[in-house]
Amino acid sequence: MTTERVEIGAVPEAWTRRHLMDLESLTAEELVLVLDTAAMFKDTTANCSKKVPVLAGTTIANLFFENSTRTRTSFSLAARRLGADTVEFTVSGSSLSKGESFVDTARNIEAMNVDAIVVRHQTPGTPQLLAQHVECGVVNAGDGPHEHPTQGLLDIMTIREHRGNLAGLTVALVGDIAHSRTARSNIWGLKRLGAHVIVCGPSTLVSRHWEDLGVEVAHSLDEILPRCDVLNLLRIQFERQYTRPFPSVREYALLYAMNRDRMKLAKKDILIMAPGPINRGVEITPDVADGSHSVILDQVTNGLAVRMAVLWLITGN
Amino acid sequence: MSKPQILIHNGRMIDPVQQIDRVTNVLIEDGRIASYDAPLNGQDIVIDATDKIIAPGLIDIHAELREPGCEEDETIATGTRAAIAGGFTSIACVPNTEPPLDTQASVEFVRHQAERADNCHVFVLACVSKNRAGEELAEIGSLVKAGAIGFTDADRSLQNSELLRRALEYCQMFDKPILNRPESSELTHDGIMHEGQLSMILGLDGMPTEAEDVMTSRDLRLAEATGGRLHLMGVSSAESVQLIRRAKARGVRVTAEVCLPNLIWTDQQLRSFDANFKVNPPLRDDQCREACISGLVDGTIDVIVSGHVPRASEKKMQELDQAPFGMIGLETALSLLVSHLILPGHLDWNTALAKLTSQPARILGINKGTLEVGQDADVVIIDPQANWTVDPMQLQSKSVNTPLAGCELTGQVTHVIVSGVVKKTP
Repeated sequence: MTTERVEIGAVPEAWTRRHLMDLESLTAEELVLVLDTAAMFKDTTANCSKKVPVLAGTTIANLFFENSTRTRTSFSLAARRLGADTVEFTVSGSSLSKGESFVDTARNIEAMNVDAIVVRHQTPGTPQLLAQHVECGVVNAGDGPHEHPTQGLLDIMTIREHRGNLAGLTVALVGDIAHSRTARSNIWGLKRLGAHVIVCGPSTLVSRHWEDLGVEVAHSLDEILPRCDVLNLLRIQFERQYTRPFPSVREYALLYAMNRDRMKLAKKDILIMAPGPINRGVEITPDVADGSHSVILDQVTNGLAVRMAVLWLITGN
Repeated sequence: MSKPQILIHNGRMIDPVQQIDRVTNVLIEDGRIASYDAPLNGQDIVIDATDKIIAPGLIDIHAELREPGCEEDETIATGTRAAIAGGFTSIACVPNTEPPLDTQASVEFVRHQAERADNCHVFVLACVSKNRAGEELAEIGSLVKAGAIGFTDADRSLQNSELLRRALEYCQMFDKPILNRPESSELTHDGIMHEGQLSMILGLDGMPTEAEDVMTSRDLRLAEATGGRLHLMGVSSAESVQLIRRAKARGVRVTAEVCLPNLIWTDQQLRSFDANFKVNPPLRDDQCREACISGLVDGTIDVIVSGHVPRASEKKMQELDQAPFGMIGLETALSLLVSHLILPGHLDWNTALAKLTSQPARILGINKGTLEVGQDADVVIIDPQANWTVDPMQLQSKSVNTPLAGCELTGQVTHVIVSGVVKKTP
């Protein structure tokens, strides 16, 4: 590991936010600013492999109330690439089980003089609750099915890298839209940058209300596939469902799994994405996941770049 | 003659029961309404009601007092002080206490505590089912003997149709109402807010209107079949309002209420993720809100409740799924009504007051809710023009779970008289 001597400069004045809660409220200019910043970090650090210590002396706390391996690792690594110290708090299940409230936990962490808190929680709105009770910056690393803004950004960054421009592209989000924070963040970000978004999945997991927001709703993957430039295959969130919204995993795979046969219906240059962790054989078969159209591993690298950009924008001043 | 002679002077008296709306003087003697138009004549107490409204003391058909067992939220003393502050002279308290009010002893305890507190009148709604478990009937006859005036499992909707049917049949022997909140728990699960476009955007579990509508249909049918007295609590959906309208048209013995928050706000308030807007029935869309208002105007909905659900801040200041439902309501109800419904012209004073006085009295079967001569002098005096700013720390309730902190409201309760005793002055 070498530390690169590069000049990053100051956080652009156009960035005025103290927190990153969602992509829904971001303007196109703000989205592009984060994406450009991420690309800049990726370029200057040899694909995020080198350090650029612009956040030396700051401390980032990762406060995770829900199991996560990749997002937490990605945020930690991003912070360390920027020269920040990191503190890890992982609380399994509800904080209440230990008798301490969420707000108290957050205040305790802040009292340790952290500059930003990255928070993941199973309940929508919890990052907002946190931001009301702490002074430092807050980055939403996923709040239940609500939003996962850095995931949305890294997905969009990956599409942008391969296609240059989002405008005019058709991007389908396939699977469990109802329980997917990734879907929501993608929808807002993609739409704001001019892409046509299709949400596709069983009618029990894709609300018709999306149509009122300018999103195409589809239930047949085979029908939309020939029109798609990008497919983002979302994981079925078995843990967030009361009554299974489809009869069997077998039937789901029959209707929605991206496999070799379906690839024949797709455009020749289709991009296959998955936010992971993937259920191989359910949303995607291994040959497609590991095939030439798959950009799943690019997404992981870009995740690091996006999180470096976000942490710097939030705490860089 | 221990109680003072009180003359309420030169106020606009509105009494929906007598269809009176005129400027007059109201004389109170020996704890009762003695006469109108009496002159100033050296009475013990004279209250100048110029430019104010004199109305029957407000009645909340159900409010949570939380005692015994949940005193961190509210006690009978603090809850009844809040009632007085908000102009309520009578409230019926619901049995979601710990233990629930399903024995003679617990009903008598509440009545005793209310007497000790000596603020407003408190009537007890006892459990329909033993331990509020929704499985078998509580000892309704004994509870009536102890003073219960109606039966409900409070915020727990009766899921068991046979139990509700039996309760409606059994209660007829005592001529007491069953109060039930129509909600199918199979369709709401752990829902947090109204199911609609916003719940989809926010990723919050929804409570669909159908969850209310299927139970409204069931409840209406059971009331019709049994002839029992059914009061539907917390009606909030447009379809349910329509179902009730049709049932009333064909003569079903049903009454219905709407909670004040459902008349004021919509689900859009949850945009802020403020747990104070997490209420049940959930705040729904504008169409539902307007349907509830129309239901009030045409008489489909009989009663407005303040929706007083006090919860300690350590409970409310949590993640949205952990935070309990509810907001406090007694102290801001009248002002919200004035600011959001009367001033904008959705409801007139006479209709609004009827929904908060004579109608709840009729349903509860209590001899209250009017200023007829000879009645107990339960009176509220309202300054309809006064503006005030809500400061939760200044409220009487033990809990501060209101989204109204810092909000300016119009309409203020200036005086409250309970059985001829002045309980509140400015």
